[in-house]
Amino acid sequence: MRPLTLRRLLLQCLILIVILFFVVIVALKFGAVPVSLYALGRDLLRVIFGQSSQISTDYGLIILNIRLPRILLGIIVGASLSVAGTSFQALLRNPLADPFVLGVSSGASLGAILALIAEPHLALSPVFSALLTPLGAFLGAAATIAAVYFLGRHEGQIDSTTLLLGGVITGSFLSAIIMFLMSTLTGSLRGITFWLMGDLSTPLQKSVYWFLGIGFFVAAGAIYTTASDLNLLLAGEKEAMHLGVDVPRVRLVVYIAASFLTGLAVSVSGVVGYVGLIVPHIMRFIFGSDHRTLLPTAAIGGAIAVVVADTLARTVVAPTEVPVGAVTAVIGAPLFIYLLRKRLT
Amino acid sequence: MTAASSHARHLAEASRLANEIRLSVEQVSYAHSANPGQAPLFTLEATSFQARPGEIVAILGPNASGKSTLLRLISGALAPLSGRILLDGFVTHSLTPRTRAQRIAVVQQESTLLFPARAWEFVLQGRHSHGRSLRFESEDDVLIAKNALAQVGAADLSDRWMDQISGGEKQRIILARALAQQPLLLLLDEPTLHLDIAAQVGLLDALRRLAAENRYTVVVVTHELNLAAEYADQIVLMQRGRCLRVGPPSSIYQRELLEQVFQTPLSVELGSSGRPRVTVLSGTQ
Repeated sequence: MRPLTLRRLLLQCLILIVILFFVVIVALKFGAVPVSLYALGRDLLRVIFGQSSQISTDYGLIILNIRLPRILLGIIVGASLSVAGTSFQALLRNPLADPFVLGVSSGASLGAILALIAEPHLALSPVFSALLTPLGAFLGAAATIAAVYFLGRHEGQIDSTTLLLGGVITGSFLSAIIMFLMSTLTGSLRGITFWLMGDLSTPLQKSVYWFLGIGFFVAAGAIYTTASDLNLLLAGEKEAMHLGVDVPRVRLVVYIAASFLTGLAVSVSGVVGYVGLIVPHIMRFIFGSDHRTLLPTAAIGGAIAVVVADTLARTVVAPTEVPVGAVTAVIGAPLFIYLLRKRLT
Repeated sequence: MTAASSHARHLAEASRLANEIRLSVEQVSYAHSANPGQAPLFTLEATSFQARPGEIVAILGPNASGKSTLLRLISGALAPLSGRILLDGFVTHSLTPRTRAQRIAVVQQESTLLFPARAWEFVLQGRHSHGRSLRFESEDDVLIAKNALAQVGAADLSDRWMDQISGGEKQRIILARALAQQPLLLLLDEPTLHLDIAAQVGLLDALRRLAAENRYTVVVVTHELNLAAEYADQIVLMQRGRCLRVGPPSSIYQRELLEQVFQTPLSVELGSSGRPRVTVLSGTQ
């Protein structure tokens, strides 16, 4: 018997954080201006410890203002999608659940696009109009997961095949609406292509990073408070209730927080698929299926995955960039098929 | 106060506790309909019985007689239409899920896992309701879980994966998890359903021993006439949503009554253990 201890949990997270650190250094290195890995490592530590003024100015601009923000965005998006995927898998008792597969990402993009279209007509103050897109994405995500949940529910039980099919169909229906909007609207094509393919290259204002970071920690923290409840929910709602889980409360918290995380990621990066599916599976394979470990390790793992995918997106056919969503789909879709086959046998 | 008088008080207290009614089902009824406003698809008519610590009650009846519904009502998962169910004076349905899980353990027909888990992880789940939501299992929890595994004779299964053990072994692990909850009331829904004869007897022997040792009140739903007769102190006989009779096996096991309830010719005689034995007379009229 080897129950989880705080020490082991922290150690596992620390290992992943060290890996993330090195991945970030390598990601910082790739680009038009060559910089040594050593210098990057040293300067990244300086940024982390708040001494960015000591960084040499000749390449500091590129590192701090161009490459690092994009990597930071990748970290937040990856962690959010991965935590959302882990939560949906537990909530829906379906190991193949993921914000993209369930159509939640498409719902979030549609919400974001509708918010973008509505924004000029609403005459809001700048602060509110900046929050309108994430809000639209959140509402789109929440509405989609609710719809998919009811589609997949049959006589009080969730049927996993119906649920997945419902998600895929809902996703393609919503994508069709996005396509429709795309062909009728002129001028905002760039923005909409971005939501279809998943992309991290759009620069954001500094305050948005704060919003994303705080939003992530609040939502992921809320989900983490239910971590041991989620372990029991895997055995079914009835059984979890008999073991002392307040099922409706846990379902509500996780449902809202995971939709929020999906909306958060989609509103700044578009549809980056399969991260929330593949990363939790890898982490479960390495660290086991206890959500007290799984949620934080999946968050860091998701960050690593998206930073790596985005680095590939920037470099495989440089100087042209591939959307990061295309990279995650090329890697993720075959892995999805593999998991599906493994489950069927 | 002298040691002798303290001891006497202690004994008096213990005997009072032993004779106290722990579970009291009072005129409980229930109706289930697919849609509100429609005629109910299923009804349970007013049912009453009581059980003391250490007692095994079997809810006996053919399929669709309302056995499992009655068990779910006792567990507090369903709210009765009328009447009430008290566990040590508390209405079971009104307790929070956490408090309920500290007092009532439910062993379901089977338990499916989405991702693989080891037996000890599974048993530790029984400790969930005894801690805060975000904490790590204490040494006490581990000790209680180990003890629970030992009590069902499954200490050697501790490190095995749940999907790689036999049905009988799995059932024992599920029972161990229920014991780890340290409940007052242990509810089992058809626990012997998928087990072979040896495993059935093993499980019920363990249950009888545990009920006596730990003073659990045990309520078992079953349609196995002979197992109920052998192990239960009290039988609640059900048919089509009605509780026909409550009493010790000797008063329930009468040929006409059982033939009428189970719709099959059978004979009842006294077994070697002094308990009734039922033989189903198939094909003879």
